[in-house]
Amino acid sequence: MVTIEDYKNGETEWCPGCGNFNILEAVKRSLVDLGKKPHEVLMVSGIGQSGKLPHYLKCNTFNSLHGRTLPPATGAKVANPELTVIAVGGDGDSYGEGGNHFIHAIRRNPDITLIAHDNQIYGLTKGQASPTSEIGMKTKVQTHGVLHTPFNPLAVAISLDCPFVARGFAGDVEHLSSLISQAISHKGFSLVDILQPCVTFNKLNTYKWYHDRVYKMDDDGHDPANRMAAFEKALEWGDRIPTGVFYKRDSEPFESKLDVLKSGPLTAKQYDSAKLDSVFENFS
Amino acid sequence: MISGGIIIVDINIKIGGEAGQGIQTIGSVLSRTFVRDGFYVYGNQFYLSRVRGGHNYFHIRVSDHPVYTLNEKIDILVALDKQTIPDHIEEVKEGFVLTDESTVGDNADAKIVSVPFTEISKDVSGKKLFSNTVAVGAVFGLLCYDLATLKKFLSETFKSKGDEVVEKNIKAAEAGYDYVRNDKFEGICNYNLNPQPTNRRILINGNDSVGVGALAAGVQFLSAYPMTPSTGVMTRVASHADDFNAVVEQAEDEIAAINMAIGASFAGVRAMTTTSGGGFCLMTEGLGLSGITETPIVIFLGQRPGPATGLPTMTEQGDLNFVLHAAQGEFPRCVLAPRTAKDAFYQTIRAFNIAEKYQIPVLILSDQHLADGLFTYERFDTSGLKINRHLLEDRAVGSDYQRYAITKSGLSPRAIPGQNGALVVADSDEHNEAGHIDQTTDNRIRMNEKRLRKVDGLTDEMQMPAIHGIDGADVSLIGWGSSYGPLAEAVDILNHDEVSINLIHFSDIYPLSHNAASILEGLNTTICVENNATGQFARLLRAELGFEVSKKMLRYDGLPFTPQSVIRELKGMEVI
Ligand SMILES: Cc1ncc(C[n+]2csc(CCOP(=O)(O)OP(=O)(O)O)c2C)c(N)n1
Ligand code: SF4
Repeated sequence: MVTIEDYKNGETEWCPGCGNFNILEAVKRSLVDLGKKPHEVLMVSGIGQSGKLPHYLKCNTFNSLHGRTLPPATGAKVANPELTVIAVGGDGDSYGEGGNHFIHAIRRNPDITLIAHDNQIYGLTKGQASPTSEIGMKTKVQTHGVLHTPFNPLAVAISLDCPFVARGFAGDVEHLSSLISQAISHKGFSLVDILQPCVTFNKLNTYKWYHDRVYKMDDDGHDPANRMAAFEKALEWGDRIPTGVFYKRDSEPFESKLDVLKSGPLTAKQYDSAKLDSVFENFS
Repeated sequence: MISGGIIIVDINIKIGGEAGQGIQTIGSVLSRTFVRDGFYVYGNQFYLSRVRGGHNYFHIRVSDHPVYTLNEKIDILVALDKQTIPDHIEEVKEGFVLTDESTVGDNADAKIVSVPFTEISKDVSGKKLFSNTVAVGAVFGLLCYDLATLKKFLSETFKSKGDEVVEKNIKAAEAGYDYVRNDKFEGICNYNLNPQPTNRRILINGNDSVGVGALAAGVQFLSAYPMTPSTGVMTRVASHADDFNAVVEQAEDEIAAINMAIGASFAGVRAMTTTSGGGFCLMTEGLGLSGITETPIVIFLGQRPGPATGLPTMTEQGDLNFVLHAAQGEFPRCVLAPRTAKDAFYQTIRAFNIAEKYQIPVLILSDQHLADGLFTYERFDTSGLKINRHLLEDRAVGSDYQRYAITKSGLSPRAIPGQNGALVVADSDEHNEAGHIDQTTDNRIRMNEKRLRKVDGLTDEMQMPAIHGIDGADVSLIGWGSSYGPLAEAVDILNHDEVSINLIHFSDIYPLSHNAASILEGLNTTICVENNATGQFARLLRAELGFEVSKKMLRYDGLPFTPQSVIRELKGMEVI
């Protein structure tokens, strides 16, 4: 039996009260609930406060570069589909620096779960705007307030027919953990965008601000199989902010479509040098 | 190559035309027929960055000795467009220009043999489609060359398209052949070609050799974004991927390409990426990721002239400085620059072995000249093929496994995630032995030193430059990478004329072999010959070995050296 203890690791470096603690807790609970053993799990992260999360877990970890969470996660998943691959990134990491990879990972559809810590700010670099910051939010860089329309990860993911699209809130560990578990279990690329209060730099989107607004869509009877309804829900942002599973559909993951992987992971294949003879035939 | 005696057969055929006219097809059919008949062919193509139109050409050299470079003189020029004649007629000293009537233009010259390719094609088949085969037949007509092998080759090539297509191709070839033979062109049949059919020889270009080398080395994951002139490697691996249990993925960009490959390598398979200079610019951050996470990766870089988009389809050795210094910080890397297609095959296998042994990025630095250069060899010997993954054995992986354990050699035992229950933690931040972030100064020093210690072992493995030509020569050419063919032949020609010259040629570029310095010290006049404008390799020799070359011969017009161009320049420098 896997327990929370199995995943415990090291000292954390986040600010007291940071939403990341609850995300860490939710991830641990999900992995335990799913009965995943630490050596079966690979967490791939980028750089940011979010990117530190895998270090606070006991499992396989590849802490990559800022914005580059998804490509190494994809490569690892293709090499060994038996690994449960979870990618962790911030909003800057996943939607800013890694925006192109985000779009193409959805198109490619590896069986990976992206956990995006969406605190609507850059935490590690001390409080600049992120792609999801609200228009008008003032920072030391955005001295006149943010001018750009916020990136809407859920709407983008749904428009690309991403097989599993959810939003959780770091203030509700239980709900969040259930979403993460569903995402990990769902075949294909899954996105869990997490509203994560950054208590140090984001004075706008605080726990209270979120608590006043978030609601669970399932209570409203939202049907995640309905893509148009999901898209509409994804556009809802203001006095009420929906959480839960926006959209899900069955899909065949990228690596399952690769014939060579049908008989097992690449890492387990034997090399046959006899095949070289037929290759040379091409050149005579 | 002249080595020992002078080449007896040395026939040079150039086919010029617009992109899309089938220059490649003619070139390929001719070359492969000669190779099957026991000749050595070297071929190369010159093309513009467009899919149709523009003036391109394909050069084939046929010899009875191995040849690794072009000859500037042309025996037969096949003109498929009007531009070919004014552009290349000067190169045809004694020989023929074969041209369709429609492409003769205003050029009235005794050398011009007008063959109505299109008309003949229509006559035998009712279509224009076979005019290229008519041209091939006409070339063989001029050479009075037996058509048996060609016919067999055409049958094999077009078998899948049905008997009718095969037959029409054969008829077209015969018609082209007869047209030339029946006409009374003076000087045909003077070429003395003596076919000796063989089925052991291959005709392979640099890119394909790298691709096959990667397969031979057991590559299982290749992610890349297409960029000339490297794309052929990706295509080659893709076309055999199923047989070799490999996955080839076209990434969304070069950043994704290298990072995906790194992920696959981390998870336990041999992985590579392919690109050219511009794409490599985007990969530099990933290069550093490989460096600090000690994840093996092979990067194939086919150089073309830069900066930025530069001359997309031409050649240059202009990215050496860049690959030596790319990415921030300090970490070990290895750079191999193959000399020929055969060298490219073996160097690629070596690249994978070195990458995994030292857990570092290894760059295979090629260029358009080698990428597209077609070489003839006996089939590569793979009997001694060794693949050592340098991974920990299952039983040696304990629950306390540490990815970055400090060792004397700098090499930490490498396990893959999940292997025997192992947890593998890798980090792009400076990390401790367990792989977790550690920013303490003590740790930084220990880890940095650990990584850099790997250079000692790596340097021991680097091979010495090849020495070609006479010992103790008055003049030594120094070159690297794809210039081997033209430089070696220039030396052969000059040695034959009793000029005291030799060639010191590097394929292992970085780190340089410990013993390279001792070879260089003993030389007289040294001339570093490079396909770039600033002498990047000469600078490397100075920086690494404190060795100053006497002179530099630099070419940076987008074209490769030829033996003749090298000899001309040497004369101009008054060193010979
Ligand atoms: C290529 C590159 N550019 C910039 C940085 C600096 N950097 C580190 S984290 C970060 C943004 C962090 O924001 P986010 O991804 O939202 O994560 P958070 O810290 O808020 O969790 C930046 C810009 C970097 N490490 N690498
Ligand atoms: S800066 Fe913000 S995101 Fe980072 S640890 Fe502190 S509270 Fe959390």
